[in-house]
Amino acid sequence: MAAVQVEGLSRHYGEREALDGVSLSLLQGQTLVVFGPNGAGKTTLLRVLATLLRPHAGEVRVLGARLPGEAWAVRGRIGLLGHEPLLYRELTARENLRFHARLHDVAAGRVEELLARVRLEHRADEPLRSLSRGMVQRVAVARAVLHDPELLLLDEPRSNLDPAAVELVDPLIGSASGRTRVICSHDPGGGLAEADVVLGLRDGRPALLRAAGELRAEEIVELYR
Amino acid sequence: MRRTVGALLRKELLVELRTLESVPGMSLFAVTTFVVFHFALQRSSVDGDLAAGILWVTLLFAAILGINRLFVADADQGGFDGFLLAPVERTALLVAKALALLAYLVALEIVAVPAFALLLLGPSLGQAMPQLLGVLALGDLGIAAIGTLVAALAVRTRARDLLGPLLALPLLVPIVIGGARATSPLLTLGHAGDPPTRWLLTLGLYDLVFGLIAYALFDFLLED
Repeated sequence: MAAVQVEGLSRHYGEREALDGVSLSLLQGQTLVVFGPNGAGKTTLLRVLATLLRPHAGEVRVLGARLPGEAWAVRGRIGLLGHEPLLYRELTARENLRFHARLHDVAAGRVEELLARVRLEHRADEPLRSLSRGMVQRVAVARAVLHDPELLLLDEPRSNLDPAAVELVDPLIGSASGRTRVICSHDPGGGLAEADVVLGLRDGRPALLRAAGELRAEEIVELYR
Repeated sequence: MRRTVGALLRKELLVELRTLESVPGMSLFAVTTFVVFHFALQRSSVDGDLAAGILWVTLLFAAILGINRLFVADADQGGFDGFLLAPVERTALLVAKALALLAYLVALEIVAVPAFALLLLGPSLGQAMPQLLGVLALGDLGIAAIGTLVAALAVRTRARDLLGPLLALPLLVPIVIGGARATSPLLTLGHAGDPPTRWLLTLGLYDLVFGLIAYALFDFLLED
């Protein structure tokens, strides 16, 4: 069964087409990696799939729900890790995660478990503004998987993370998590290694859509030229 | 819904306690305005219509400061997206924000009303205090409903600092008029009587109407 099914998706901001005629299909448990230069529409695609932006044309189904009409049915089943951590700087990591846990009706024990898994128990009671960007990113990862989502939408999820931190978060958001994933990446080698399907975007239009096994990293690099 | 409102309100008050961005600014503005009135009017005390007008206009402009800040942390730090991704009723955010604004207004009045009595008001407030608190509560409910609605509308625009007051002021004028008319007898030398019922009803009706409008429109304001 397709976890994500998109047909002819278009989305514009005023006169500018951010996405134009994008189609893709992703099975449950698979990983789609989206490549493309800055401004190609990657983040817009993630926000449409996350139900935060309405599609202006085309058909979008996420986890069986048609967007935007049935968006209510998939909220709480999606985890989004974007450029912004979606956390309050004045609150501590623990307060932020507890706040999101209450919104998602998740037990407080899960917060403690995730703080331990991202190794931030010792800094969990400090305001987020006093943590490094890498630490904030680890809290953001914990926030994104707090409610055990079926679909993960990840926008350059390993940015700001050192190799040790990448090892910490990989069981939560990596292929070992077993979740269906849509990842935006600028790393052809790394992205290709974890992809089942690759989508390349250029100026909002699909420039590439293929199984990862049929692609070479050089073809992805071509997208950026 | 109650659980969600509780979580949102708790977060709201925690952020305010840590940043002190709204209530201290609102209170300081009100006290400073009373000082300005004290010298500008060249009178040692005021009463009646003038006193009621000064009190309500000052509270209105101080409230605008809080309204302008109400959604800023959510818009700037991704709180909107975090909330929209959760499987909760959107109305919970309206209720929590309105309750937070109500709390800020009460905190403002705890500072502003004694300061007003000390710096400007001629008659003693002692006897009129319970009724004054009732009128203030009616006004606060309307300011909270309208303020939350306007703040949610303005915060996603580029000119939010300008648009918020421009939208809020005309909508809040009836509250100032009703509040001042209802308060005037309480601030008259010798306590001229109870607040006129028709102005209390006007305030109550205005609160109800804008409470319902905010409830009906809020979901659409959060939509893309």
